[in-house]
Amino acid sequence: MLEVRDLVGVRSERRLFENLSFSVRENELLYISGRNGSGKTTLLRILCGLARPETGEILWHGVRIEEIQTEYVQSLVYVGHENGIKGDLTVIENLAFDRVLRGNSTKQTAHEILDRLGIVRYAQIPCRYLSAGQKRRVALARLQVSDARLWLLDEPFTALDEPTQEIIIDWLSSHLESGGICIATSHQPIDWSRLNSSEIKLGEQS
Amino acid sequence: MNSAFGALLKRDLLLAFRNPGDYATPVIFFVVSTTLFSFAAGTDNQLLKAIGPGVIWVAALLASMLSLDGIFRSDFEDGTLEQMLLAPAPMSLLVLAKIITHWISTGLPLVAASPLLGILMNLDSFSIAILAVTIALSTPVFSLIGAFGASLVVTQKKAGVLLSLLTLPLCIPVLIYSVSAVIAAAAELPVTGHISLLCAFLVFSLTVAPFATAGSLRMMSGD
Repeated sequence: MLEVRDLVGVRSERRLFENLSFSVRENELLYISGRNGSGKTTLLRILCGLARPETGEILWHGVRIEEIQTEYVQSLVYVGHENGIKGDLTVIENLAFDRVLRGNSTKQTAHEILDRLGIVRYAQIPCRYLSAGQKRRVALARLQVSDARLWLLDEPFTALDEPTQEIIIDWLSSHLESGGICIATSHQPIDWSRLNSSEIKLGEQS
Repeated sequence: MNSAFGALLKRDLLLAFRNPGDYATPVIFFVVSTTLFSFAAGTDNQLLKAIGPGVIWVAALLASMLSLDGIFRSDFEDGTLEQMLLAPAPMSLLVLAKIITHWISTGLPLVAASPLLGILMNLDSFSIAILAVTIALSTPVFSLIGAFGASLVVTQKKAGVLLSLLTLPLCIPVLIYSVSAVIAAAAELPVTGHISLLCAFLVFSLTVAPFATAGSLRMMSGD
């Protein structure tokens, strides 16, 4: 369970959100909505430990994340605005590196994951030759290389076509079914009600 | 955890191999600037011999500075740095892997080219050997110090000059001892003292720089 208490997020000396408290349990998806600049990305970066909150604390299974940093990062996977893939490496090389970097790999082979995403044809092609949507798919393949319990997704559907969005939603629902947690932002009109989801809206105060 | 270190080492070597421009630029600058100097200094062989170690060394130092800016820049921009910060492996270890590959791709070619430039500058064979040894010991120090400097300016778009201003002063002791080692060798004086000091610089920066760089990268990406 991920619990957030009295979080205050600041970016460039501007308060984005104040006294934010919520908790997400196993099998749940939390959908963060809000307008551009309302602090969705900042919140996700704070949740994964990349940025520090002004005040407040984040608890993973009841323990502050600063105290169990190695264990915490091992149990999460983050797909941010930037895809986190190398343009000069092929799709398969990027995926192989991600797998070793994350440490806790699943049984699925890279080939199976890419096949599911429909980019297995491009496995041996350097990523910089791919389209924006295809690059996004390579980044999202990261969700399947590790068995992390907590998924933090920042605009996962950007540039994805509809069939691929469906695949990601399938992944999300099976992740939630198997006891996973997901926190996501999106501007795409996604039917979240199919998933066990709740919503918080940022930027209400201002 | 060590496998992440190995994987990053392999990834960065592969990336360097696929971008020859990245590792060719410093060594070409090194060779070209020293060669031009030997033409400009005229035909006096004794003069060349006297100024040779200094010229070669300044060129080596500036050549090392050329490649520093890129050491974390591309990883920062494409988001792979974030992924490294979120990896279970210690960030200082991953930083060390990046520094090692940076040295292999930019420092090692300078070591390889230095004997050639020693001949060009009319140095004797013992001085040339010592020159290569000092460059081999000092370029890793530049990569280590430079990585720390680069981590501080990683969020700035064009930070080449700022980075040089930050790192060059820290490299001056290394420059002084390296050049005096070569001059001592040319005068047939003992050089073990100089070499030991260079080793000490290397050990010190190897111990401190990866941790400082990892901390600074964490701070910079948090903003």
